[in-house]
Amino acid sequence: MTIQGWILIFVFVGILLALAKPVGLWLFTLYEGRRTPLHAVLGPVERGFYKLAGINPDEDQSWRRYAVHMLLFNAVLLVFTYAILRLQGILPLNPLGYAGVSDHLAFNTATSFTTNTNWQSYGGESTMSNLSQMLGLTIHNFLSAATGIALAFALFRGFARREAKAIGNFWADVTRVTLYLLLPICIVYALVLIANGVPQTMAGSVDVTTLEGVKQTLALGPVASQEAIKMLGTNGGGFFNANSAHPFENPNAFTNLIQMLSIFVIGTGLTYCFGKAVGNTRQGWAILTAMMILFLAGVTITYWQEAAGNPILHQLGVAGGNMEGKEVRFGIAASALFAVVTTAASCGAVNAMHDSFTALGGMIPLFNMQLGEIVIGGVGAGIYGFLLFAILAVFVAGLMVGRTPEYVGKKIEGREVKLAVLAIAILPLIILGFTALSSVLDAGLAGPLNKGPHGFSEILYAFTSGVANNGSAFAGLTANTPYYNALLGIAMWLGRFFIIVPMLAIAGSLAAKKHHAESAGSFPTTGGLWVGLLVGIILILGGLTFLPSLALGPIADHLAMIRGQLY
Amino acid sequence: MGKDIATALRPAFALTILFALLLGLAYPLALTGIGQLIFPNQAGGSLIEENGKVIGSSVAGQAFTSERYFHTRPSAAGKGYDGLASSGSNLGPTSQALVDRVKTDVETRRGEGISGDLPADLVTASGSGLDPDISPEAALTQVPRVARVRGLTEDNVRALVERSIERPFLGFLGENRVNVLALNRQLDQLGANKPE
Repeated sequence: MTIQGWILIFVFVGILLALAKPVGLWLFTLYEGRRTPLHAVLGPVERGFYKLAGINPDEDQSWRRYAVHMLLFNAVLLVFTYAILRLQGILPLNPLGYAGVSDHLAFNTATSFTTNTNWQSYGGESTMSNLSQMLGLTIHNFLSAATGIALAFALFRGFARREAKAIGNFWADVTRVTLYLLLPICIVYALVLIANGVPQTMAGSVDVTTLEGVKQTLALGPVASQEAIKMLGTNGGGFFNANSAHPFENPNAFTNLIQMLSIFVIGTGLTYCFGKAVGNTRQGWAILTAMMILFLAGVTITYWQEAAGNPILHQLGVAGGNMEGKEVRFGIAASALFAVVTTAASCGAVNAMHDSFTALGGMIPLFNMQLGEIVIGGVGAGIYGFLLFAILAVFVAGLMVGRTPEYVGKKIEGREVKLAVLAIAILPLIILGFTALSSVLDAGLAGPLNKGPHGFSEILYAFTSGVANNGSAFAGLTANTPYYNALLGIAMWLGRFFIIVPMLAIAGSLAAKKHHAESAGSFPTTGGLWVGLLVGIILILGGLTFLPSLALGPIADHLAMIRGQLY
Repeated sequence: MGKDIATALRPAFALTILFALLLGLAYPLALTGIGQLIFPNQAGGSLIEENGKVIGSSVAGQAFTSERYFHTRPSAAGKGYDGLASSGSNLGPTSQALVDRVKTDVETRRGEGISGDLPADLVTASGSGLDPDISPEAALTQVPRVARVRGLTEDNVRALVERSIERPFLGFLGENRVNVLALNRQLDQLGANKPE
C-alpha cells in the first residue's frame, strides 16, 4: 500500500461527502415534485410526455397501484429490448453485420438490463450492434435507474406521510428523475468522457496497421453516451467485454475517478434526501456514516490484499502487488477502490478483472453483494435495501429494551418486520439455492474456468451478482449457455422484484400510520449507538448467512494460495 | 387489481416508445454529432496517422513482440491485443494455468538477460488485453535488449524512456507509466536504426 493510494481513497471519500448535501437537495426537489431551473427547457418535454401517454402526474397512487404500474412498465421494457436484440440482424445501425442474438441470451440480457443488473453474458463489441447498444440497452440504463430512485421516493413518502393512503405517482417520479437528473448530468458527463478519449461515433470499427506491420481492428461505437449513464445509474453493462478496464471506456486515471464518483453520487445524495424527507437530516447522516464504516473496512482489506500480491508468483521472481487483470494506468489502489465501489453499489462495472484478484481481495466484492448492496448501494435500491435493515435494527433494539420499536416517528410493528424479513430472505435463499444446484448439475459444473475452490467462487459470485443485481462477474465462468442464461435471468428478476414488492407494501403500511413525536423513551436513531447497532445487524445477518459459502470458496482459496497449492 | 392494470397499459406502452426515442436515439445521436464537432479526434478513437496510414490509437494498446521494440504486456484479448475481443485472462490466484503462463514469460525475459525480480506488469495480463502502458520499471528492464538490437547506447535509450514517463495527474491520480506505442515511435526516430 502506498501513501499515494490512500490519498486517492480519502480524496474520493471527501469529494463524495461534499457532494452529499447538494445532490441530496436536488433529489429532494424532485421528490417533492417542485420546479427546478431545468424546467424552463425540459418542462415542455415532461408535459408533452404526460399528454401523449395519458398520465395525470398529480394522481396519488396507493402502494398497490404504484407497484402494479412499475411492474407493468418494466415488463413492457423487457419485451421491447428482447425484440430489438432478436431482430438486430435486420435492423439498421449494424456496421459489423452481427446476427440476431440467441433466444436465451436475449432473455438474459433484457432481464439483466431491466433489473439494473447488466450482467454481461455477451462480449459487447463482438455481439451487439450500435442500435442494440443504444436503443436496446442505453434506454434501460436510464429507466432502471429512474425506477430505483422512484421506488426510494415511494418508501421515503411512507415514512414521511401521516395517515395517508398513497405514496406518490410512479410515472411522474420516473419521468422527473430521468429528465431533470439523469439526462442533463449524462450529457455533460459524456462530453467530458469524449474529451478524454472515449469514442462516440457511428462507425463500428477501424483498421489499424501497427508499428510492426500487423493489422489490428479496433471496435468503436457510441461508447461515451452509454458509458455516462452506465456509471451514473449504477448499471454497469459495458460497451465492451472488458468494461471499464477497456481503454476506450476508461482512458485514464481522471476518468476513472469520475467513474467511481458517479457510481456513488446519487446513492449518497439519497441518504441526505431521506433525512430531509423525514424532517431530520441527522437521520440521513447516521445512515451515511454506517455505510462509510462498512465501505472503508472493505476498501482496506481489498487494497491490502491486492498490494500484498500473490505469494505463488513472488516465488517465480515476480515483484510487487497483484497486477493480473489490472491496467497499468490505474494500478493497484485505483483498481481495488473501484472493485469495492462497484460492488458496494449495484453497479457491476469493473476496471480490473475480479476473477484474478487475490482470494481475500476478491472476497470483499462478493461479500459486499451478499450484504444486499446497501453500502451506498444502487441508485434507489441501496437506500431502500438499507432501510429494510434499519427496520430490523430498531426491531432488535425494541426487543432488548422491551418497547414498541419506532423509526423516524413511525411505529414498526409485526407487519413491517415480517415484510422486511421476507424481502431480505430472498437473497440467501436464491444465492445459496442456485449455487448449490449448479455445484452438482453437469450443466452448472461446465461453467467455471478455474478449478478447485476458485471454481466454486465463480459460481457463487455469479448468482450473488445476479440476485443482488450487480452484474460484475468472476468472468472466467462461461455463462453464455442456456442453463446459466436462464437461471441467472430468473435470479435477477426475483432479486429485483421480490424485494421491491414487499418494500412497497411496507411503504403503504407506514404511510397509513400516525406520527409519534420522539420522546425520552424512544430509541435514538441518530447517534453512535445506532450506527454501531446498524453495522452490527448488517454484519451478523450477512455474515452468519454467507460465511459457510465463503469458507468453501475464497477462504479455502486463500489458504491454498498461502500453501502454494495449485489447481 | 384489474383497474390498476388497465390504467397502466397506455402509460407503459406510450412511455416506452417516447423514452426509446429520447434516450435510445436522440441522446446518443445528438452526442455523436456534438462530439464529432468539438472533439473529432477523440470521438473517432484518438487515431494516430503516419504517412496517410492509421498506425494505432493513442488510447488503446497494440502488440509489440519484435526484438527491436519495447514490449507491451501479455494480453488475453483474442490471440493478443485483439481490438474486437477485449478480455482479461480471468485466471485465479491458485490457477495452474496462470502459474504455467507466468513461468514461461519469466523464462523468456530471463533469456533476454533480465535478472533480478521482474516488475509484475511485465508478466501479467491486463484487464482489457489492450493495455497501452507499461510501468517505467518494465520499460527500463528492456533497455539493454533494445539498445543492443538497435546498436544504440543504453544511456541514449534509457534517457528516452525517462523522458517518456507520464506522471500521476495532480500527483495522486494514476501511476507512473509509459505509453508503449509513443515510446516505440520515438525510438524509431532516434536514428542509428539498423534494420535486421
